[in-house]
Amino acid sequence: MNCDRPATIAGTGRECWHSTLQLAVEEVFELMLDSALEIPSEPPAAEGLDVTSMVGLAGQLCGVLCVCCSTKSASRIAARMLGADSDNCGPQIWDAMGEISNMVAGNFKNKITGLGDGCMLSVPTVISGGDYNLRSLVNEQIRVSLLFEGKPLVVTLELHN
Amino acid sequence: MDNIKVLIVDDSSVMRKIVERSLRQAGLNLAQVLEAGNGVEALAALQTEKVDLILCDINMPVMDGLEFIKQLSALENGKGVPVVMITTEGSEAHVVQALSAGARGYIRKPFTPDQIKEHVLAVLTEKP
Repeated sequence: MNCDRPATIAGTGRECWHSTLQLAVEEVFELMLDSALEIPSEPPAAEGLDVTSMVGLAGQLCGVLCVCCSTKSASRIAARMLGADSDNCGPQIWDAMGEISNMVAGNFKNKITGLGDGCMLSVPTVISGGDYNLRSLVNEQIRVSLLFEGKPLVVTLELHN
Repeated sequence: MDNIKVLIVDDSSVMRKIVERSLRQAGLNLAQVLEAGNGVEALAALQTEKVDLILCDINMPVMDGLEFIKQLSALENGKGVPVVMITTEGSEAHVVQALSAGARGYIRKPFTPDQIKEHVLAVLTEKP
């Protein structure tokens, strides 16, 4: 099966979930931020990714989806979503990052046949800070690394199934 | 379609701004944009304001979008006002639920201004 870019939604098998997740992220940024994400030549370092937005998944698919980036990138994301000239968006940064993870999770599950009805999303949570570890009880992780305006953006889908 | 008065209901202020911007990008001439963070705030706003269109999220605290639609018709200013849902929930069941509750349109996030325009024009021009 060719998993490069799933053009269709129906029949997206689990072996294609990585590319489906990547597509879900790219679509959210393209449609809501008018921003084309790039694929890095090598996986970015985790250092400096001090903002994590999370959405829990429950039902047929259990786990958590995380969107990680730097504070600077989070500010840029909020500014682009708001159409603001300045990156100084105040507390709306957290609102924007929460919406990003919510839309990515929703877009991903809507692309997986049969998952739309059987998987619920939690309210987003956003964590910020330079010194924390996030651990969830998972047995599978799908990790997508991209570049937003040249800076790392890492999306992980941690599954407990 | 000119001078539309619209109410945008979403618990995310960022998303409310995106929806408003998308409406403008779609070429709709907005006379006034009212905002509410949940169904209760929206019902309160409609006590004193009459709008032409309501764009509403489903998953919100305090009162969600489906409950809001159910209570909308009890308001004098809510009767006949078309409601378009804008949500990340894209399942068939959610669409059916929303349309059964009285929504006239359903847009999945993420969306394009053209998708907003298509749905909004459809509900504003259709006969009740």
